[in-house]
Amino acid sequence: MVSPLAIVLFFFLVLPIVMILVVSFWRATEFSIIPAFEFENYEFLFGSPVTYTVFINTFKYAILTWVFTFLIGFTVAYYLAFHIRTQTWQIALFLLCTIPFWTSNIIRMISWIPFLGRNGIANSTLISWGVIDEPLEWLLFSDFSVVLAFVHIYTLFMVVPIFNTMMRIDKSLIEAARDGGASGAQILWNVILPLTKPGIMIGTIFVVTLVMGDFFTVRIMSGSQSANVGRLISNDISLLQYPSASATAVVLLLTVLITIGILLRFVNIRKEL
Amino acid sequence: MEPRPRSFYVLTAFFTLFILFLYGPTITIGILSFQGPGGGLTFPMRGVSMYWFYDLFEQQAVGDIWGSFRRSIVLGFMVMVTTIVVSVMGGLAFRKKFAGSTILFYLIITALVIPSILISLGVGLLFSQAGINVHWATSGFGSQLTWTLPFGLLIMFAVFNRFDKSYEEAARDLGASPWQTIRHVVLPIIAPSLIGVALFGFTLSYDEFARTLLTSGSRNTLPLEIYGMTTNVTSPVLYALGTLTTIFSLVIIGIFLTIAVIMNRRRAAKGNDAGKGMV
Repeated sequence: MVSPLAIVLFFFLVLPIVMILVVSFWRATEFSIIPAFEFENYEFLFGSPVTYTVFINTFKYAILTWVFTFLIGFTVAYYLAFHIRTQTWQIALFLLCTIPFWTSNIIRMISWIPFLGRNGIANSTLISWGVIDEPLEWLLFSDFSVVLAFVHIYTLFMVVPIFNTMMRIDKSLIEAARDGGASGAQILWNVILPLTKPGIMIGTIFVVTLVMGDFFTVRIMSGSQSANVGRLISNDISLLQYPSASATAVVLLLTVLITIGILLRFVNIRKEL
Repeated sequence: MEPRPRSFYVLTAFFTLFILFLYGPTITIGILSFQGPGGGLTFPMRGVSMYWFYDLFEQQAVGDIWGSFRRSIVLGFMVMVTTIVVSVMGGLAFRKKFAGSTILFYLIITALVIPSILISLGVGLLFSQAGINVHWATSGFGSQLTWTLPFGLLIMFAVFNRFDKSYEEAARDLGASPWQTIRHVVLPIIAPSLIGVALFGFTLSYDEFARTLLTSGSRNTLPLEIYGMTTNVTSPVLYALGTLTTIFSLVIIGIFLTIAVIMNRRRAAKGNDAGKGMV
């Protein structure tokens, strides 16, 4: 029963990873890649100051995006789970939140350009309101627009698992807390938040890994002005420097897996589904 | 009903803003795609026209939009069907522990969290070193499965965690073979969730490009075409294409949701005659 699954994962996940690992020790010429066993790619990677800047940048995006997606996602899930009273409305509003997930990410990203550009909607509105005199330059092609796009695309990955765990909270626990004299804020902090932790963790895993592995959001939204690890890899690929791309990919994969390993210590995924 | 607390209104306002944040930009480019022929990438609108949509149907300077659209749809259906079949089989198998089940489970999680570009790079290297040409229907297809299968399987795990095994036991007691039990008892019960798996399978494939970037060969899928256009097309024709493909996605989502609703209705209408004294 599992053999089709095992075959797909073996040929398109395990073997490719092994291949990347092997090629990361190879040598590249201008036209081709040559089997070898050298640490040159790694030496170059760890010897270059660019690598560290880019890794720090990647973590910066991941953390900033996590903070915003968590705050927004938790609030939205809380609203849907505890303030909407009929199930029909809950499903309808939940679908309203999820539909964009099934449409194209690139299109959703490009959609920000008329908003944020120098003569875009945001700037012209702010000028007409008299809030600013000159167009803000940092709205588009900046860290701001990169994080904005990440939050726009990935908040859903927080909403869904958090909503899912919130729906399974026994309502009598909340009534008991209220009967015991807890205020709304106390219930939120001492009852709902701890019980929602598994959902938060699953959402966190999604958001952090998606942001860390991204390469095109940063390219499109920063106007090629800033870089993360994914872009480093895709640049090497476009220059046909596969061994060096592979070495970076190995380090990125290890970073992501270690991060996930740490996060998984807080939650048992299989139990939470 | 007890009166709404004040926090309800604050949160409703927040939720409305969130929905606006989600849909606002897409609606904006929807409007901007109707720019007049002289219009640019942002407001003001210089007239209203279908010019940029017509432009899409003209011969494009770069790429082959309609060919790529066709390929994306075919690939989407291939991925969808495979995802449904493999996920159901995997879901059934994972109900019991088997040799290697833990490893396989962690591989599924790895497939979900591994940066897409690594799959692209790895599969691309694998094929080139093996001397096989990459093609959207072979290497592209396999690469996309590493993204859709984990979603399909997670849905199936969730479904089977809530599955009442006594139905199967009842079927077995009445003498159903294992295949009959699956065909006539398990599959009908889980059918509505399969709509969900199908929706994920098709749409995730239709929009995926990071995993197809190095694995689709010389013939692009639509997202790759759009990705290429973002760097060298600076006219509202990009918005027109974006609007069309978004509408297409919405239609697909609408179809799947309608099927799900109809299925639920029919099920509710048929109901259950247990305990009603019918023979």
